Amino acid sequence: MARQFLTSKDVPFCKGCSHAGIALNTEAALQKLGVEPLDVVIVTDIGCHGIIDKFLTTHTVHGLHGRSIAIAAGIRMGLADPEKKVIVFVGDGGATIGLKHIIAAAHRNIDMTVVVHNNMLYGMTGGQPSDLTPAGFRTPTMAEGDTGIGFDLCGLVKSAGAAYVSRIVGSGDFSGQLAEAFRMPGFSLVEIVEICPSYGVRENPGVKLSNIAEKMGLTPMESIRPDAKSFRVRRKEAPVSLLDGLDVLSSSSRSALDRKFRIVLGGSAGEGVQVATRLFAEAAVRCGLHVTTKGNYPVTVGVGYSCSEIILSPERILSTVVRSPDALVVVSPDGMEFCRRYLEQLEGEFYLDESISVGEAARTAPRAKPFRKRAGPRRAALFALMVLLADSDVFPLEEYAEVIRHSKLGEGVAVDDLVGGARELASGRGK
Amino acid sequence: MAATRASEQRNVLTDGSRLMIEAMARAGADTFIGYPITPANLLYLYGMRRFPVSIAAPDEITTLQWMSGFAATGHVPVTATSFPGFALMVESVNMAYMMELPMVIVQAQRLGPSTGTATGGAMGDLLLLRGVISGGYPLLTLCPSSLEDCWELSALAVRTAVYLRTPVVLLTSKEMVMTHQDLNVNTLSAVGRVKRSLYSSEAPFEPYLPQENLVPEFLPVGDERHQVRITASTHDSRGIIQGVSRAGLENTLRLPKKLEKNVADFTRYELDEEDGAENLIVSYDVAAMAAREAVACLRRQKTGASLLVVKTLFPTPAAYLDVVGRYGRVFVVEENAQGQLAQILFGGDERKGLHLINAIGRMITPEEIVEKVSSHG
Repeated sequence: MARQFLTSKDVPFCKGCSHAGIALNTEAALQKLGVEPLDVVIVTDIGCHGIIDKFLTTHTVHGLHGRSIAIAAGIRMGLADPEKKVIVFVGDGGATIGLKHIIAAAHRNIDMTVVVHNNMLYGMTGGQPSDLTPAGFRTPTMAEGDTGIGFDLCGLVKSAGAAYVSRIVGSGDFSGQLAEAFRMPGFSLVEIVEICPSYGVRENPGVKLSNIAEKMGLTPMESIRPDAKSFRVRRKEAPVSLLDGLDVLSSSSRSALDRKFRIVLGGSAGEGVQVATRLFAEAAVRCGLHVTTKGNYPVTVGVGYSCSEIILSPERILSTVVRSPDALVVVSPDGMEFCRRYLEQLEGEFYLDESISVGEAARTAPRAKPFRKRAGPRRAALFALMVLLADSDVFPLEEYAEVIRHSKLGEGVAVDDLVGGARELASGRGK
Repeated sequence: MAATRASEQRNVLTDGSRLMIEAMARAGADTFIGYPITPANLLYLYGMRRFPVSIAAPDEITTLQWMSGFAATGHVPVTATSFPGFALMVESVNMAYMMELPMVIVQAQRLGPSTGTATGGAMGDLLLLRGVISGGYPLLTLCPSSLEDCWELSALAVRTAVYLRTPVVLLTSKEMVMTHQDLNVNTLSAVGRVKRSLYSSEAPFEPYLPQENLVPEFLPVGDERHQVRITASTHDSRGIIQGVSRAGLENTLRLPKKLEKNVADFTRYELDEEDGAENLIVSYDVAAMAAREAVACLRRQKTGASLLVVKTLFPTPAAYLDVVGRYGRVFVVEENAQGQLAQILFGGDERKGLHLINAIGRMITPEEIVEKVSSHG
């Protein structure tokens, strides 16, 4: 005896509604395939067709309007067994609100079948027009006929890359096409054009479905791409711990710093501000300090300012706020533009590239230094932090130099030369 | 890592995003579905690298739906977003809540309303999360306020999502997920993989039949022995759509009860009380970092101050109300203009001794907390 996929043949749709025919044809198609009910997942959308959910003996999923296609795609991707059939029942309303999900599944060629119950209007809510309502087709809310033009869903899905697309107009036995769609690896869509007996027939007396469909160009069609490769989820066999990718910063010396010390570094995108900051932070941790850093840059990361806030402390840092830095270090006009916000409250040191003028804006007179001239624009930020270290007791400059030497920058930077330059410039000796 | 000694230093520089993703992967989350948005981009990057399955989705609605499909088939999916993306997910989050699908959504707050400032931090979505489930039912929401929390609460989020069959939100914000801080990784607790038990009886499976803890047993869609029904519509224990039947409404009312009954399993907060202190500082998320420093400073100044950092936001543990009720002066510190946690704890009424410390577009400093407390002390 053939497997039963419906608990009853007496499905509760309005008299004359083709939704019942779709349910019965689906059962016949699944019987043709010889699968078991538990080999099948049927996802229903919102709409009259969805009441079939409780009559199914398959696995069932009943979710949101239009999203049935997307949750079904997730189910397909999550199922370990590729032999399971994933079928979506959706109306014309669900197919259009969820059109993006159909296109997304079709162009990835996700192995599933979407069965569109296209009765050309929203039946459950009283017969409003959908995006698939043909021009001139009357609905209870559009007595003069819809002004839309509908569209060729099958053509769209075919061009998106679906493995199988077919359109059926009216009722009858279309279990063969459904079976073909269910059998086909990859994405398949079957559109059944029907007429709602409660709203479509009543509002358009005497109109024949086949005439409307023909006028719309919604004629029966079938398109097969047997060569289409269906989507497979790639699984990483042994993902690496994200902690393994971090440099372990073992202590090499101690800092004499006995207080929280906040630095703001301002420069330009592409001039190594964030790299200089990271290496500086690594060196500080190696000196036994606690560190926090945060970058500030516009969403267009390749242009404009690039700034960072650094906090160093011998104690665990609780708050990462920097309002009034102990050292403001600015190496480019872009950086100065962003860092103006710190000037008003600045009580710490102010290191500024000699090419930049801030006028009377600063409470603290800047120490003008030739960062860009001495180190070049791409090393100015790195060099400026070296000068800061040479000038203070934050942590030994040599530790920073050592971290730079061992970094990817290492070979490209004349570290010893810059260390020498930083010592010369410290405390204004070089200026 | 569990085998190494915490005293052994293994210092690194890391952001909270890395710890969150790593902890969730270790706890057993296995799928990352991503749609990019600032400031959740590091979470996306790490999620794509670290999870056994990682997929780029074409939008946030698809993200939540794909996650739901993965969850229905027995996976534990994760995504990361911010308000604009989360807003698109809301209907699907309600669906996953009703379907009782385990998943974790990291919501990294940024400055709103609407698109607001993508690169600006904020703590503005607390009330949104509180009311996001239609009917006013709580959506389990955890909120880290340190790197250690990023690790522990993320693992807890995965465990709780699986054990209680529910979506869980990790509510965080830009500074928590992007700021780099030094950390001795040997101090992080070991994270074990969540143990997942499946329905094993021969009797027909009822996907929403509650056990004693009110959580139904789980079987994935596609199971070989039992039919599995999942639905977002009002349904009975069999997963049959019900309208407003008693069985349907009982099932719906079970959803909040399920969280409330098990609230002790996921209640996390930090309570640092000082004997005799009349001032209580209450905070969460990044503002809690300033609050901790402020409390240390107040105590050095001999101003009595206690600290409550709330980490389990929803359902809101009753313990918070007990604590705030014991203090004459309560200072609620949060980076939004409306005092959202204060509204949750105290309602809209003016209360003597309640002081709000708020800011938008910048981080609150420990100094301003100290000043406010001192001026009222």
